[in-house]
Amino acid sequence: METDRLIEALAADAEIRQPRIGTTLTWALLLALPVSAVLFMLVLGVRSDVRTAMHNPFFDLKFLVTLALAFSAIAVSLHLARPEASFNRWSWLLAIPAAMVGLGIVAEMMMPHERPWLTRLIGNNAMSCMMSIPLFSAPVLVAALLALRRGAPARPELAGAVAGLLAAGLGATLYAAHCADDSPLFVAVWYSIAVAIVAGVGAIAGRHMLRY
Amino acid sequence: MRRRDDEWTVLMRSANAGDEAAYRRLLRSVAPVLRAAAYRGLARAGQPVDQAEDIVQEILLAVHLKRQTWDATAPFAPWLFAIARNKLIDALRRRGSRVFINIDDFSETMAAPAAAETLTSAEIASHLDGLPQRQRDVLRSIAVESASIKETAARLSMSEGAVRVALHRGLASLAGKLRES
Repeated sequence: METDRLIEALAADAEIRQPRIGTTLTWALLLALPVSAVLFMLVLGVRSDVRTAMHNPFFDLKFLVTLALAFSAIAVSLHLARPEASFNRWSWLLAIPAAMVGLGIVAEMMMPHERPWLTRLIGNNAMSCMMSIPLFSAPVLVAALLALRRGAPARPELAGAVAGLLAAGLGATLYAAHCADDSPLFVAVWYSIAVAIVAGVGAIAGRHMLRY
Repeated sequence: MRRRDDEWTVLMRSANAGDEAAYRRLLRSVAPVLRAAAYRGLARAGQPVDQAEDIVQEILLAVHLKRQTWDATAPFAPWLFAIARNKLIDALRRRGSRVFINIDDFSETMAAPAAAETLTSAEIASHLDGLPQRQRDVLRSIAVESASIKETAARLSMSEGAVRVALHRGLASLAGKLRES
C-alpha cells in the first residue's frame, strides 16, 4: 500500500472523534463502582457499629487514605496514558496516601492504648482484608484497563500497575466500611499487601492489554 | 525546526477541530521525517532499510488512532516522536534486534531521503485480507483504489455513514493485526 494512499484513508477518517480518555475513564468507573458496591453488600456489608465508629478519627482516616490513593492513581493513570508522559513528574502524588498513613501511625502512637501495638497491627481481619480488597477491586480494575486501552502509554506495565492502585483504592474504600480494625498500623501492613496484589495483577494485565 | 514544530501544532489543532485538509497536510509533512528516522533506526540495527515504509505506515496508523491522547495545549512534536519511538522499537524488536534508540534520532532529523518512486509497503496490504469483509472492501476502495467516501458508498451500496464506520473499524483492526504480527 502506498503511504500517500494510507494518508488519504486516515484523512477520510478524521471526522470520527474519540472522547478524551478522562471522559472514558470516568464512565468506566461510574459503571464499575456499583458492581463492586453490590458485591460488597452481598459478601460483607457495612459493619454493625458504624454509627459509633464514625466518631473514631482512625476509622475516618481509613477512608481518607484509600480515597487519596484512588484519586492520586486516577490522576497518574490519565497522565501515563499519554505517550510522551514521564512517570517521575507525577509519581509524588502516590506518596500522599502513604504519608497520611505515616502521620496516622505517629498520632496513634502518641495516644494511650489498652492493647499493645503489635496486637493492633495484627488485628483480627488480616486474611479477610487481603482477600476482600482484591475481590472488590476486580470490577474496577477491569473497567479501568478497558478504558485505558484508549490511551497510548509508553510503559504498559507501569500504566497497568497504577490502574491497579486506582482499583485497589476504591476496593479498599468499600472494605474499610466493613473492617473493624481501624489502627493505622493495621492499614499500613494489610491494606498495603492487598493493594500490592491488585497493582501486580494490573501490571501483568497492562503488559498485554495496554500496548498500542 | 521550531517553525516546523509550531506549524505541526497548529495543523493538529485544526485537524482535531475536524479540518480534514489540515490533517492531510500534517500527515504528509510528518511522513518524510518519520521515514528518515525509520531508515536510520533500521540501518543502525543492521536491518534492511527497505522495510522503512512498513514502519512509517505503522506509526501513521498509531498517530491516527491515538490522536485523542494529544493535549492541544502541548506542542505536537514531542507527542509524535514518543509514538514514533515506541513503534520503531516495537518494529525492530519484532525483527529480532536489540534496540537502542536515541531521542535525537527524531528531533535532529532534517529532511527525508527523497525517493523518486512512490513509496509502498507490503505489510499493511498483506493484513487487509484478514479483515472482516465490509472493512476490507471499504479500505481497499479508499486506500488502494483511491475512491472517495461517496464513491465507495455508491460502489458498495452502503450509506456514507456506514462507510465511515467501516473505515474507522478497519483502521483499528489493521493496527491490532500489526501489533500481533
